[in-house]
Amino acid sequence: MNTTAIVALVRTDIRLYFSDRRAVIVGVLVPILIAAFFGYIFGGNGASGDAGKIPIAVVDEDQSSVSRAIAADLATDKLLQVSALDRATARAAVRAGKQNAAAVIPKGFGERTTRALFTGQDKPRVELLVDPSQTSGARVVEGLLAQYSMQEISRAAFTGASGRKFIDESLTNLENQQSTASNADLEDLLRAARKLNQQANATAGAPGAGRRRGFGLSIPYTVASTEVTARERTPYNGYAHAFAGMTVQFILFAGIDAGVLLLLTRQRGIWQRLRSAPLRRSDFMLARALATTLISLFQFTLIYLAAALVFTVRVEGSWPGFLGVGIAFCMLNAAFGLMLATLGRSAPTTRGFASMATLLLVMIGGAWVPAFVFPRWLQSASLYVPTRWAVDGLDGATWRGLPFDAAVAPIIVLIGSAAVCLAIAIWRFRWEE
Amino acid sequence: MLRVENLSKRYGDRPAVNAISFAVAAGETVGLLGPNGAGKTTTIAMICGITRPDSGQVSLGGERVTQDANELKRRVGLVPQDLALYDELSAWSNLQLFGGLYGLGAAQLQQRADAALALVGLGGRRTERVKTFSGGMKRRLNIAAALLHDPDLILLDEPTVGIDPQSRNAIFDNLAELKRRGKTLLYTTHYMEEAERLCDRVLIMDHGRILADDTVAHFIKEHDNLEAAFMRLTGRALRDGAEA
Repeated sequence: MNTTAIVALVRTDIRLYFSDRRAVIVGVLVPILIAAFFGYIFGGNGASGDAGKIPIAVVDEDQSSVSRAIAADLATDKLLQVSALDRATARAAVRAGKQNAAAVIPKGFGERTTRALFTGQDKPRVELLVDPSQTSGARVVEGLLAQYSMQEISRAAFTGASGRKFIDESLTNLENQQSTASNADLEDLLRAARKLNQQANATAGAPGAGRRRGFGLSIPYTVASTEVTARERTPYNGYAHAFAGMTVQFILFAGIDAGVLLLLTRQRGIWQRLRSAPLRRSDFMLARALATTLISLFQFTLIYLAAALVFTVRVEGSWPGFLGVGIAFCMLNAAFGLMLATLGRSAPTTRGFASMATLLLVMIGGAWVPAFVFPRWLQSASLYVPTRWAVDGLDGATWRGLPFDAAVAPIIVLIGSAAVCLAIAIWRFRWEE
Repeated sequence: MLRVENLSKRYGDRPAVNAISFAVAAGETVGLLGPNGAGKTTTIAMICGITRPDSGQVSLGGERVTQDANELKRRVGLVPQDLALYDELSAWSNLQLFGGLYGLGAAQLQQRADAALALVGLGGRRTERVKTFSGGMKRRLNIAAALLHDPDLILLDEPTVGIDPQSRNAIFDNLAELKRRGKTLLYTTHYMEEAERLCDRVLIMDHGRILADDTVAHFIKEHDNLEAAFMRLTGRALRDGAEA
């Protein structure tokens, strides 16, 4: 092995990489910016207030105590970002995609819902204007609207003035009607409701009651939602996944550049000088692979440094696992670049095809959006793509906080893929003319 | 010093070099002249081990040059026709690479690179990027890069193509100095006056064959000048398929 020649070649490749400062800045800065963007829209690091909230509009045409209470409940929900609008403005906002949905509470809603609660008749219709491209958000709004409506309507029935008025009227009507078994049951229910209403009224006036709200039906359980991340009380950092994805994508782009540089070298006099020098084919290939690995590691380090310093992305799991996945991926990238150089014919065509293939690999690999949002068949298919293992490996070592064991499979897959790319490169590499 | 015996190379059906033989003595400067497509560059590529011949052999100092003859390659310096330089890097960085390919250590490289740059008059421009150089400066640096490992045989493939007379004159001075130092030079060119000025002996080549092999003095005595001899031997037909 001619180590002096290998060092000279590696040094030259690194110098060539740094000679184009704009390319270096783009290779490091662009992935950071895109990861910051994706990280923010996927929830950020928990500190960004409205990130991830569903924007909805509430059109309160009733303006009753019940409708106002429902609107207030929706506004305080942590999943929603609520705007109070009129019907026309709300419809325009949904149509323009500015609101995922708009709930229109019609006039007379409070009074009619209290009556319908006991009789099941004359139910008012709440109109939900929905952006058809955001249906999952609309389903969430529908569920929350049902929950808060039930709570406020029942509260009004059992404790409010409108409920008291309705109960009194209903009991008077029943007393004037012929007595039947079902009337007797309804009468019992209404009397019990009136008793509750009177008690609630008396308690509300008592000293110490403060601003306590009256009785209302609510879901008979509570849900404690815990984010399963590295450690208890460590919130999910949306930037961690975004940085894993963008690091993988942009390091692959550097691999394409390395492959294209080799193709260009072949077309210049430098190739003749290299070939006339006492340089072995294996030394030349080793030098190219080493240079690309080092350049990739430089990118990897700088991108994750920014992720740690600015976006508080942390290696919550195994450091050896994190470094192992990173180094294995950089080695794969070097082999990928060499393979491209041996398969490609002209630099522009190779760059075009390789960029397209890389974008496909990173999309399927879950670098843009997590793989769990894919259809099941694509999730299975993505396991055959090394980028999926790289992203999963980096996710595992960062926000999932997994131990080294979890990094072993990604490292094996990445090194195995590197070996396949290298074997193809060695097989196809034209050293002799 | 250099012996070429029955060397042949075909590209598909087309013979590029057809059973050529010649020898170059140590310290001799030999011009390899021929029109475009004559087979000059292919001959140079086979001599320095870039291209594998279909048949025949090349020996240097009695030893056969093959693709793996790395020790023999250390004795040959190639100045390719296409500039073999990284434009994005400085002159010094380019020389560091090419010296490194021949295993030169830091101290040796420093000394050899200084000498090579001084020879071609670029001592003061070492830290500047090659892309800022003129065509003539690039050609001179291209020569300097082939001298770092102090080769016995220097192969120059049209080293003056596309440059102004001043730069060409400077390159002649460089080559004359190398000749004075006892280096063996094999030089391909289209310019007859260059061969007349520089070479001891000239090989005229066409269609992959050597048509004549004689001293410059003898060519001039027989044909008045080298260009007349060249045109008489190679004809007036254009080599790009057009009518003369």
